[in-house]
Amino acid sequence: MSEELLRLENLSIDYKVKDGYLSAVNDVNCVVNKGEVFAIVGESGCGKSTVAHSIMNLLPGGNEEISGKIIFKGKDLRECTRQEMEAIRGKEIGMIFQNPLDSLNPVYKVGDQMAEAILLDKVDKQEAWNRVIKLFKDVKMPDAEERVNSFPHELSGGMRQRVMIAMMLSRNPELLIADEPTTALDVTIEAQILQIMKELKDKFNTAIMLITHNFGLVAEIADKIGIMYAGEMIESGDVFEIFAHPTHPYTQLLMQALPSKTKAEGRLKTIDGSVPRITEKKPGCRFANRCPYAKEICFNENPEAVFVGEGHYCRCHMVGKEEK
Amino acid sequence: MSNKFKETVHECWKNKNFMIGFVILLSVILVAIFADFIAPYDYAQQNVGDRFEKPSGDFWFGTDELGRDMFSRVVYGSRIALWVAFLGGSLQLVIGVAVGLACGFFGKWVDRVLSFMTDLTWCIPGTILALAVVTLIGKGLTNTVIAISLVAWASYARTVRAKTLSLKNMAFVETGKAFGESNFSLMVRYILPNIIPSLIVMVSLNLPGTIMSTTTLSFLGLGSQPPSPDWGLAISKGIENISRAPWLSIFPGLALVYTTFGFNLLGEGLRDLLDPHMKSQ
Amino acid sequence: MEEKVMIKLDGLKKYFSISKGLLKKSTTFAKAVDDISLTINEGEIVGLVGESGSGKTTLARVILNLTKKTEGTVIIDGIDVSKASGEEMKKLRSEVAVVFQDPAANLNPRQTVESSIMRPMIIHGVPKEEARQKAKGVLEMVKMDQRYLDSYPHQLSGGQLQRIAIARALALNPRIMILDEPTSALDVSVQAQILNLLLDLQEQLNLTYLVITHDLNVIKYISDRIAVMYLGRLVEFGPTSEIANNAKHPYTRGLLDAAPVLDPNMRNRKKELMTGDPGSLIKIGPGCRFCDRCRYVTEECRTTMPEDTVVAPGHQVACFHPLED
Repeated sequence: MSEELLRLENLSIDYKVKDGYLSAVNDVNCVVNKGEVFAIVGESGCGKSTVAHSIMNLLPGGNEEISGKIIFKGKDLRECTRQEMEAIRGKEIGMIFQNPLDSLNPVYKVGDQMAEAILLDKVDKQEAWNRVIKLFKDVKMPDAEERVNSFPHELSGGMRQRVMIAMMLSRNPELLIADEPTTALDVTIEAQILQIMKELKDKFNTAIMLITHNFGLVAEIADKIGIMYAGEMIESGDVFEIFAHPTHPYTQLLMQALPSKTKAEGRLKTIDGSVPRITEKKPGCRFANRCPYAKEICFNENPEAVFVGEGHYCRCHMVGKEEK
Repeated sequence: MSNKFKETVHECWKNKNFMIGFVILLSVILVAIFADFIAPYDYAQQNVGDRFEKPSGDFWFGTDELGRDMFSRVVYGSRIALWVAFLGGSLQLVIGVAVGLACGFFGKWVDRVLSFMTDLTWCIPGTILALAVVTLIGKGLTNTVIAISLVAWASYARTVRAKTLSLKNMAFVETGKAFGESNFSLMVRYILPNIIPSLIVMVSLNLPGTIMSTTTLSFLGLGSQPPSPDWGLAISKGIENISRAPWLSIFPGLALVYTTFGFNLLGEGLRDLLDPHMKSQ
Repeated sequence: MEEKVMIKLDGLKKYFSISKGLLKKSTTFAKAVDDISLTINEGEIVGLVGESGSGKTTLARVILNLTKKTEGTVIIDGIDVSKASGEEMKKLRSEVAVVFQDPAANLNPRQTVESSIMRPMIIHGVPKEEARQKAKGVLEMVKMDQRYLDSYPHQLSGGQLQRIAIARALALNPRIMILDEPTSALDVSVQAQILNLLLDLQEQLNLTYLVITHDLNVIKYISDRIAVMYLGRLVEFGPTSEIANNAKHPYTRGLLDAAPVLDPNMRNRKKELMTGDPGSLIKIGPGCRFCDRCRYVTEECRTTMPEDTVVAPGHQVACFHPLED
């Protein structure tokens, strides 16, 4: 049995806005084990990035209300002090973002920026520099010895993302949160970055929380998957299981909306309507207004997460009670 | 529609800078419009018997060396200040926008030539260039404002050029081009409307400069000529008698500061209000 | 039956000159589109794939006459674009419509939806009232409610904006639509709606599409034929099934292998991952553009530009060593 690393318990995040509040994340539960890739998938505005940022305590701040627990290695991160959090950030939990250019300081050479992070571990300069080059080789940076002396703008998007991964690796964290890490990259580069992430997982036993809208990535790399819709994790479980037997109507429809065949084989399924803006706490399934199977109960009662199979949960009134 | 209007009003109301600036400018405008009713005397009416009167119940701001009521002169002076702001603002805007749009849109040699001209006006101290222009085209308030505007349009041109450069490659401009819009139409219908918010802000932030420059030239004797109630002229005349009658410079000076302050606050407020980040929510 | 050719490109080139150095000026060329020939028939959907910097968007802009070509010919519906008279040009402008990627940038932020849609018709001399009726008509064609006519772009979602951009493109009854990454900025469920809409419209109106995208799944779904571009060159062109199942160019194969497959059981499939980044358009040698990343590279590839060879009916590939199956 693998060891638990991160557990989100009833995590809810509301934003105060002009007309009341906005429920960005509602009652999310999930567990990430050591050395496991957990993918959170969903369309824009489903709250997947908010979840990721809340773990790192990186929400813009000011107008959000968080409830629930974020337990990392048995400790609730929400009860940590600023100092404790800073120690965890980078050292134990690393994060990479969609646009690596924003995360790199444009006026320093990438090697120097990385060495600086390594020097925090109280090693001498030569040692730090050697480690930088080794890390660059770990992430398969072409011409690693020369590239350490490049400025961020001299690197291509794929190389920048490699630098970010190397930088994150330099602290050897146990959990890597990757927020749309390949969205800005070309497919061929995306495949290379995926390959690197896979190797890291195998080599260092790093757990990865992958935030993405791309089901293809999930199919390629994830062990477990959580699908989010309008702030709720509506289905979660083993990736093979869910791709083979999606249970929640939203997951089913979404998978049929993905272009994976040719037009000759028929049109794609679409989901009518649009994601609601949840501004008041009222009972009912958040997907009810778009769900082809919606019944009265769906509009009046909150669906609970139902156990479907091993580690497979689904938030739907229709599941477990009767056959659709 | 009315709901949106209400929301806009509410946002303006919450923005202190905007509201204070707005109230200040409104007061100046009202004073200018109703100068005939507010001013107790004619601004040019001389009264040798009452020279250098201190501020009093009869003469709120005192009287000058010719016995003219300073309060009336300051009140009428607001008309001049606003005229300067209006004329200067429109002239700079017209030149700046035309040059900036042409530079940004056509690029190549058009840009090179016009940008060179723009840069040129920045190399020469504004007041000195304006002095030269006034000497050429003759003294007088309107000429002064024209002279200053011929120098001060560059900041508009720069901004408009930069915005045009980034807008002209936007998909909606390209699409317009693809279905056959003329260049003029692309500039006026597609690009210009998207620059207007920043222009409004720029105008209100730049106008104090124009008023001040005009005042400076009036102070140097090139702008308004006596007996005009121009504030700059009044300050300059007041300097001659500063030890004897300081109010001659103080009150027009305060009026000047009040007005420019109003424009500045309004500009700051508008910048916050028209900021696209706030609007996009 | 002889099919009618809608777009014919012959030896099309677009070079951008890049001046370097402050004192000693040296000019190099970025060959964004280099010697591309291809034909698109009426009622056909051709997909153009390539990574960033492959010149696919530049190609679209040349076809749309938004930028001047350096060499070659563009013939649209029988009219040579560079020799078109004013009248013919106007006809072309109404015949070829375009939809760009970014839904938020596709419409003028300061115009209502109605005036955005009406604008092309007004330019082409359609009376105002007629244009207004037509605006309602095209909005219906893209399955949107009339009430959006008075909206401003910032009030609408990405999918709605893209529908409106398509509606506007339809306003002049075009024959050809150029779609530059029409769904890249959209969510999966919205993407499906837009793709289906595009296919429906194409069938109803017998339109010809040139779809530009980097998303192989989208292109496999929507196109009849696929053209693959790499650093300004057309490396492979053929029917969708041929390209998808029987790619001959190492680059195409690499691209197909790199694309994630929507089935976790396939994750350990045999993949030939390309190494390196797409090169730069500036530093290119005389040989094949792909030679630095190609695992089958030989001396010949570095010195000579490979010619297009036909490997199957309608399937051409520019490679000295086309892959065997």
